[in-house]
Amino acid sequence: MKAGAPERLIVDGKRLDGRALDEMREIEARIGIFKRADGSAMFRFGNTHAVAAVYGPRELHPKFIRDPKKALIRCRYNMAPFSSYERIRPGVSRRSVEISKILKEALSQVVVLEEFPKATIDVFVEILQADASTRCAALNAAVLALADAGIPMTDLISSCAVGKVDGEIVLDVAGVEDNYGEVDMPIAVTPRDGKVVLLQIDGILTVEEFRKALQLAKKGCQKVYEVQKSALLEKYSEEDVNAVRDE
Amino acid sequence: MGEDLLVSDHQLVIPGQDLARGYEYLPGKGSFRAGEFIRSKVLGQVRLKEKVINVVSFSGVYIPKPGDGVIGVVDDVQTTFWIIDINSPYKGILVLSEAVKEFVEIPKTDISRFYDIDDVIYAKVVNVTKSKIVTLSMMDQRAKKLRGGRIVFITPSKVPRLIGKKGSMIEMIKEKTGCQIVVGQNGVIWIKGEREDLATRAIVEVERESHTKGLTEKVSELLNGKDL
Repeated sequence: MKAGAPERLIVDGKRLDGRALDEMREIEARIGIFKRADGSAMFRFGNTHAVAAVYGPRELHPKFIRDPKKALIRCRYNMAPFSSYERIRPGVSRRSVEISKILKEALSQVVVLEEFPKATIDVFVEILQADASTRCAALNAAVLALADAGIPMTDLISSCAVGKVDGEIVLDVAGVEDNYGEVDMPIAVTPRDGKVVLLQIDGILTVEEFRKALQLAKKGCQKVYEVQKSALLEKYSEEDVNAVRDE
Repeated sequence: MGEDLLVSDHQLVIPGQDLARGYEYLPGKGSFRAGEFIRSKVLGQVRLKEKVINVVSFSGVYIPKPGDGVIGVVDDVQTTFWIIDINSPYKGILVLSEAVKEFVEIPKTDISRFYDIDDVIYAKVVNVTKSKIVTLSMMDQRAKKLRGGRIVFITPSKVPRLIGKKGSMIEMIKEKTGCQIVVGQNGVIWIKGEREDLATRAIVEVERESHTKGLTEKVSELLNGKDL
């Protein structure tokens, strides 16, 4: 059940769920979870579960929205009705339209769209369980699904959230921190170059705090990247791949 | 400085991974240059060809290239050309002059008498433009209309595995099932014969187990098992 506002969110340098200020929740990632999609993946931050499916590149209709120079990415972010404390009304909402748009824009930064003129790449992300940072989990899952679909990308995207809780900058806000914290700032970077492809902020930070938060977020994104990397390499074992070479 | 290769041949790489440093090597298929680095674009396996670094992806859709033999289904018949679905984001166009040798009086002819909607053809890709207009041709020895039989789809990147070394795998399936089989580069396979079911199962097996060891034995076992 939804808990009431706790008196303090940080007690003796530890957060309510026992994590240190710069500690992330447990991260899990897997690719190739759906058979029917061209590419698929799941990503989990603690209790936040996201699954993504990618279709394409495929023919784009109606014809007049085709771009003869590059592909179009279409993205749908959706929360399952049972994903949160209160039932989420099925269908598009103001929030899901916004998140779909920012996911699409972030993904467009890394996908080599010029390779598939006139085509479309469709990305569907479902949030099965929400506990803060759903857009980060969605983006992490989406980029893995794109890689699984064999779509060329200049880099991956790793994303995590930072926040301000009880006056302290913390990594990966979750649960009550999200509801009663002061600031929530999701951020996504390309791990190789460190380019920021998504940054939103809800609340007020001083310049000093912002710098600190950004530093912390980049550290978190590196951790996410490590998990994504092993998820991608896990699907194909070295031995199997060598067997294919001998064919 | 000098040769700074950061990966080994046949290594697994992920998108964005650095493959080489410096200007000694060249980016090939599936890789690109970012400043002094060559990086991978796809999740796949490194294939070194002298100084060119290619990365072969494990999945992905079929992107036509000239010279490919593809199996397509006629989607639409126009006055002077056909539109062919070639299991790709881009449809193929087969013009009359590339399809029929005889003289055809266009205003007086319904060209669906040559190829009609839903007909299956094996055609050659002759040209692909920058904006991906794909032109097909039937003026090739192997090009023909495929009558009867059935169609099976596999991942296009797994086609070389299905064919095998010098056609060993596909020859084995043909021989043991007695089916006629035509494999298109676009991952469409046409099968006709008395034991289509068995051939289909063998092909599905290749698709599913394509990245594992001892595939030939597995398929051979499957084919022999059904002999009894």
